[in-house]
Amino acid sequence: MKPTDIKDPEYFHKVVDCQYACPAHTPVPEYIRLIAEQKYTEAYMINWDSNVFPGVLGRTCDRPCEPACRRGRVEEEPVAICRLKRVAADNKGDVKQHMPKGPFKANGKKIALIGAGPASLTVARDLAPLGYEIHLYDEQKLGGGFMRSQIPSFRLPETVLNEEVNYILDLGIHTHFNSFVSSLKDTLSKDYDSIFVGTGAPRGRDLDIPGRKEAAANIHIGIDWLSSVAFEHTSKIGKKVIVLGGGNTAMDCCRTSRRLGGEEVKVIVRSPFAEMKASPWEKEDAMHEDIPIIENHVPKNFVIENGKLRGMNFEKVKAVYDDKGKRQLVPVGGPDVFFEADDVLVAIGQENSFPWIERDLGIEFDKWGMPVVDAITFASTHPKVFFGGDAAFGPKNVITAVAHGHQAAISIHLANEKKDMKKRPSPFVNLISQKMGIHEWSYDSAVVEDVRYIVPQADKKLTLTNRKKEVELGFDVSTGFKEAERCLNCDVQTVFTTSKCIECDACMDICPTACISFIDNADETDLREMLKIPAHNKTQDLYVSDALPTKRVMVKDENVCLHCGLCAERCPTSAWDMQKFFYNVTKAEKACQ
Amino acid sequence: MTYIRPKFRHPEMPKNKLGYTLNYYEGALSTLCAGCGHDSISAAIVQAAYEMNIEPHKLAKLSGIGCSSKTPAYFLSNSHGFNSVHGRMPSVATGANLANRDLIYFGVSGDGDTASIGMGQFVHVIRRNLKMVYIVMNNGCYGLTKGQDSATADEGSKNKSGNVNLFQSIDLSSLAIELGASFVAQSFSGDKTQLIPLIKAAINHPGFSFINVISPCVTFNNNVGSTKSYDFVREHVEATATVDFVPEMKEITVDYGKGTQKQVKMHDGSSIQLHKLAEGWDPMNRLSAINAVQNARAKNEILTGLLYIDPETRDLHHLLQTSDTALNALGKEQLCPGSAVLKELNDEFR
Repeated sequence: MKPTDIKDPEYFHKVVDCQYACPAHTPVPEYIRLIAEQKYTEAYMINWDSNVFPGVLGRTCDRPCEPACRRGRVEEEPVAICRLKRVAADNKGDVKQHMPKGPFKANGKKIALIGAGPASLTVARDLAPLGYEIHLYDEQKLGGGFMRSQIPSFRLPETVLNEEVNYILDLGIHTHFNSFVSSLKDTLSKDYDSIFVGTGAPRGRDLDIPGRKEAAANIHIGIDWLSSVAFEHTSKIGKKVIVLGGGNTAMDCCRTSRRLGGEEVKVIVRSPFAEMKASPWEKEDAMHEDIPIIENHVPKNFVIENGKLRGMNFEKVKAVYDDKGKRQLVPVGGPDVFFEADDVLVAIGQENSFPWIERDLGIEFDKWGMPVVDAITFASTHPKVFFGGDAAFGPKNVITAVAHGHQAAISIHLANEKKDMKKRPSPFVNLISQKMGIHEWSYDSAVVEDVRYIVPQADKKLTLTNRKKEVELGFDVSTGFKEAERCLNCDVQTVFTTSKCIECDACMDICPTACISFIDNADETDLREMLKIPAHNKTQDLYVSDALPTKRVMVKDENVCLHCGLCAERCPTSAWDMQKFFYNVTKAEKACQ
Repeated sequence: MTYIRPKFRHPEMPKNKLGYTLNYYEGALSTLCAGCGHDSISAAIVQAAYEMNIEPHKLAKLSGIGCSSKTPAYFLSNSHGFNSVHGRMPSVATGANLANRDLIYFGVSGDGDTASIGMGQFVHVIRRNLKMVYIVMNNGCYGLTKGQDSATADEGSKNKSGNVNLFQSIDLSSLAIELGASFVAQSFSGDKTQLIPLIKAAINHPGFSFINVISPCVTFNNNVGSTKSYDFVREHVEATATVDFVPEMKEITVDYGKGTQKQVKMHDGSSIQLHKLAEGWDPMNRLSAINAVQNARAKNEILTGLLYIDPETRDLHHLLQTSDTALNALGKEQLCPGSAVLKELNDEFR
């Protein structure tokens, strides 16, 4: 193998598994260390810069970082990254003093943002300090988009959402709430320099099976129903409720039903339990609220008696997989299964919908009715129109929408500066030694063995009777510290200098997880097998040095490195050093520098 | 202070035949200087014991005084250990071995502990052919007292402060062969591929086995002009043969390419595979072994690998015709049969 080029920031970035997995590339270990130091305000600001909604995401994020967490590869559970973010948000001091303050010097450009969800709000935050006049449109009376309409208050209190939405609106955004944009053509005619579409995926998928029309009064589309609960148009549901679907929306629907009078609430899902799209913790929380999840049942028809919904029939299936692992749900035979229901909530997915975009504006749409959007610049085929969030590539999550927002803001800024949008700004990168003395590092190198701490919850008696009572209480400060200490500091990198190595083997001998080998070079496939313990996790890179005096090379398997620093500790010549790697995605503000 | 070894290990760590992973053979975290050759030797011992499926409680580590003699704390934590007096490890090993012949005795010593204060004990334990492994971690200096030249420092070798050693060095391997040791090997701490099979073969040898391991002292003897530095040893090392220890007789499938292949069969059916590199050397001939070592010295080379072996050797228990059952396993009745038996015995001599 060729020697690893550690000057390429992406090499060490990939070693920081959580940050690499985060769509917005939040510098996770950096803020976790700040939490351990009780510097909550600083930890919050690291988050705010990257993901804009630390308080919201600290409660509701889909957490792509946690399955990626290295800790999960050396023991059972990853670090509770998401809930640590909440610790920062809950305990922060005055953060506003660290945020950009208006009024900003106008640059004479006007931008329209359609939809006031996380993607648009991110664009607003990134562009407002640059002097853009920003107009934000939304059909609802308040900003936040799906964070407000779809995430129930018992998971995300309104105060938290309002606070973080207002940080952005306070930057001098011109809001146009309660105003539904029904024509992009109209908006284009209002001489905006750029228009950003962040309208989400607003259409809930329906279930067209027998009885659907007849029982329409008691069948509700999940996201619409959640939204009408959030805006207080709905406050009741029947005692017996069936929720169809296995995603997070289904979990929010069933738990909300329990709070609006649902006594026997069931989730019924087509797929096996393990393959449901909902996050494992959301499933746990639902079951904790006495909601059974019934797997392998395909809806057949609605049963109506005397013109009123009485229940539903299901066909029992099992999952069968072909050679390629493709799943098929095969009926197991036997009679249909009937479940009683007063109301049914359909939460089987959502779709994009752009009836308000005229097709003759020069915005190209593909055969699925989705706009053609560049995956890097988020530009459409119309020079003034950009997309982001769920509106760009279909339903994902808040953190993805934020990541889109940052990139779209850069593109809008570059376009307005008449610069090449394809030339993306480099990330901000820093790499600095952590050595302070013998056995002294400026990071907490000791690896604690604590297992993951459980986030305490409020009593079910309280939460089930009050829709707005938040279920999770969050870590207290001392548990937050203990959980933060579980972080392995993957951003403190093991940096190897070939010219200093005397090949004494000390690093190889001390490494607790046998990551380091000194062997003859070979191609990657062979090298992976030749290591002290073969490197079978191919998603993790090998760090290969230049040839050493004995013609061998140092090969480090990044897979289960604990970043404990013992290799550097035992290195007599400092050929190994622990260096903190800071990687931050450049935002619009510095994109043109 | 953050010098703590985490408990986490690689989740795919293999297990040996006893079901133990390598870390079961580890010891406490070393307090020797970073980069010390001794730590590499400790790691080689851990690896050899793991690969040989040794039950840790069937092995006793013995040592004297010095940096080298501290190392038993850093390997095989689950084994027996005795950190004895300076230079007196052989007599403690002799006593232990006579009391319980069923254990593997693993002696660790240094150049001071062996070639200076312990020389008297060293030569006699060889002469008696006590069944044990005797490893010298040889760095040519007194590292624990700030690096004075030791008795194994080569004449003309320069120490860290620039002083040139005026005296002849003691060549422990030549001495061991001369005194009749039945297994003599030499190695380098920086070459585990050679050291590990040598340790395994030594453990399996039926008599006294001696391994002299050049182990650079990074703090006091790794300077230019030293003949025991990493750089010097790497440049001047010359191997007798590549070594492979095969625990049971099986077909040899390893192809060493050109050169002569030699197989030394051991008493228990195991064997040592040698792929000879040195010319005119026969590992089972003492004269040839002595010649090979001396020729290499004359050429300013360090000959490593297995130097001499007598697989048919008879150890101290055999010579003394002691009981097959370990003495510590015999009951009081057998060990002290009483005055009647004593009288009977005395009567035989009247």
